[in-house]
Amino acid sequence: MSSAHTLQRFKRDGRVVIVGASLAGLRAAEALRGEGFTGSLTMIGDELGEPYDRPPLSKQVLTGWVPAGGTTLPRRCDIDAEWLLGVPADGLDLAADQVRLADGRRIPFDRMLIATGVRARPWPVEEEAALDGVFVVRTREDADGLQRAIAAGPSRVLIIGAGFTGSEIASVCRERGLPVTVAELGPAPLVGGLGAMIGEVAADMQRAHGVDLRCGVRVTRLEGDAHGRLRRAHFSDGGTVDAEVAVVALGGIRNTEWLRDSGLAVGVWGVACDAGCRAFDLNGLVTDDIFVAGDVARSPNPVYEYRFISLEHWANAVEQAEIAAHNMVSTQADRWPHLSIPAFWSIQFGVNIKSVGVPTYADEVVVAQGSVSDRRFVAAYGYQGRVTAAVSFNNAKWLDHYRRLIETAAPFPPPCPTPDQPVDAKPVPVDFPGPTLLAQGATVVVTGHDPGGRRVTAVRQGR
Amino acid sequence: MRVVVDLSRCQGYAQCAFLAPDAFRMHGEEALMYAPNPDDAQRGQVLRAAAACPLQAILVDRLEERDAPVGTSPS
Ligand SMILES: Cc1cc2nc3c(=O)[nH]c(=O)nc-3n(C[C@H](O)[C@H](O)[C@H](O)COP(=O)(O)OP(=O)(O)OC[C@H]3O[C@@H](n4cnc5c(N)ncnc54)[C@H](O)[C@@H]3O)c2cc1C
Ligand code: SF4
Repeated sequence: MSSAHTLQRFKRDGRVVIVGASLAGLRAAEALRGEGFTGSLTMIGDELGEPYDRPPLSKQVLTGWVPAGGTTLPRRCDIDAEWLLGVPADGLDLAADQVRLADGRRIPFDRMLIATGVRARPWPVEEEAALDGVFVVRTREDADGLQRAIAAGPSRVLIIGAGFTGSEIASVCRERGLPVTVAELGPAPLVGGLGAMIGEVAADMQRAHGVDLRCGVRVTRLEGDAHGRLRRAHFSDGGTVDAEVAVVALGGIRNTEWLRDSGLAVGVWGVACDAGCRAFDLNGLVTDDIFVAGDVARSPNPVYEYRFISLEHWANAVEQAEIAAHNMVSTQADRWPHLSIPAFWSIQFGVNIKSVGVPTYADEVVVAQGSVSDRRFVAAYGYQGRVTAAVSFNNAKWLDHYRRLIETAAPFPPPCPTPDQPVDAKPVPVDFPGPTLLAQGATVVVTGHDPGGRRVTAVRQGR
Repeated sequence: MRVVVDLSRCQGYAQCAFLAPDAFRMHGEEALMYAPNPDDAQRGQVLRAAAACPLQAILVDRLEERDAPVGTSPS
């Protein structure tokens, strides 16, 4: 599909299939129509109902303000698509250009987008995960069940994993006056995403709000009663806690299994693609008709030395969807790269936490302005003497300033942009836990290699 | 009606919370919480809030937006 003529024909009456009918899928569909694509558009999704927004699930929904079903996403335009919902795709046949559905149907396409996101990592022991009172939070149904369980006023809620989602849920439960225990294998909350220094701040914040925070422990067993209801949790340090509700917040698993035999470059960190969202095949060749966007994408970022980065950020899903859609209907010369600096937010314990850049791509961190004890500050991250990320606690209006420092590879530590130089403005080592911990709960991961990846064997064809 | 706020863009200026307090609230000093699917009765308020956001961070459903003031949502 190289000539401009063929492209025009494709735009007029080509077939696009989008697998994954959530944030990235919907935004890509809207962008395709916005770019003048008038051909057939098929949305495949394993969830029922219209695309909805997930961030409110662990915030507005759990506080009881908004019902779980009430986060349907607005539409920018009528996408005029055929919706195949409630059935997962379970294979991709690149030779025939067809997506296989679990019910046996085969859906042909000219170009397709993979936007299957991640799912919650379940509690590893099946019988324990099935106990009444044990939850994960990824879907509307999950949030609905948990909201009901906490509204019933359980004697104690146990949160397993103190990444962003776990910490947000702990915060909501405390707001609702519930006793909360948080168990975290790492040395502090948020440590996988933001490192040890911010982890300490987050730990203080949780304790100040009455959370029974236990770090450096693993939950070894969830114990139920004769009726299959959760009663107690056992910890690796020999401790136990009685709880009626447990929330498993151990991060996500990328939904890539259905692509295992597709010939695409797929691994635990997602589907590898170029900066223009075009998927790579197993040999590292870029495909021209298969695109990837959102949480399931793993793409190189020039700002971070072309390292492959996997993100679980809302804004990234929106941006990649728009870039993938644009590139799908453009010639090589008109394609856009995804060059933006990652951005993330979280709301917990009354504090607005925001980040720009890739905090895990750092060797040092410094409080660049404000005061940690007031929980109103910006911390800057640096790698080999240049600014690579920044995180703000109740100080978000400064992040654009740091975004520009990142974009221009400004020297680290950066000068304080305001006269009120913080007292603790000395860089310290950033100190992230190892990759196994990082995989659980961090929302951005620099993926140097795939621990579970298969090796590619070079085979000489012919002769 | 359906609303989503791009909170990566939002800078907590609270204009929206002032104009449509039932749909937008501040949580703590600068975090915004909003009702993603507010009641249709709040429509006028929400559209005014979207139009007033200095960062154009509030997206309102286009399908229902026929009577909205121009430029209420980012494109
Ligand atoms: C509780 C919670 C809170 C969050 N809070 C924040 C926040 O504060 N800030 C922030 O930046 N981000 C936050 N996020 C992350 C944000 O929601 C994601 O980055 C975003 O949803 C990614 O969109 P996506 O479309 O790529 O993937 P998803 O939203 O995961 O959508 C993928 C869709 O594909 C479907 N699917 C999977 N496999 C198949 C298959 N084989 N066939 C068909 N369909 C399939 C899935 O069921 C799902 O509907 C939060 C996420 C959660 C769960
Ligand atoms: S007006 Fe805009 S920037 Fe201000 S709080 Fe509302 S959404 Fe955020």
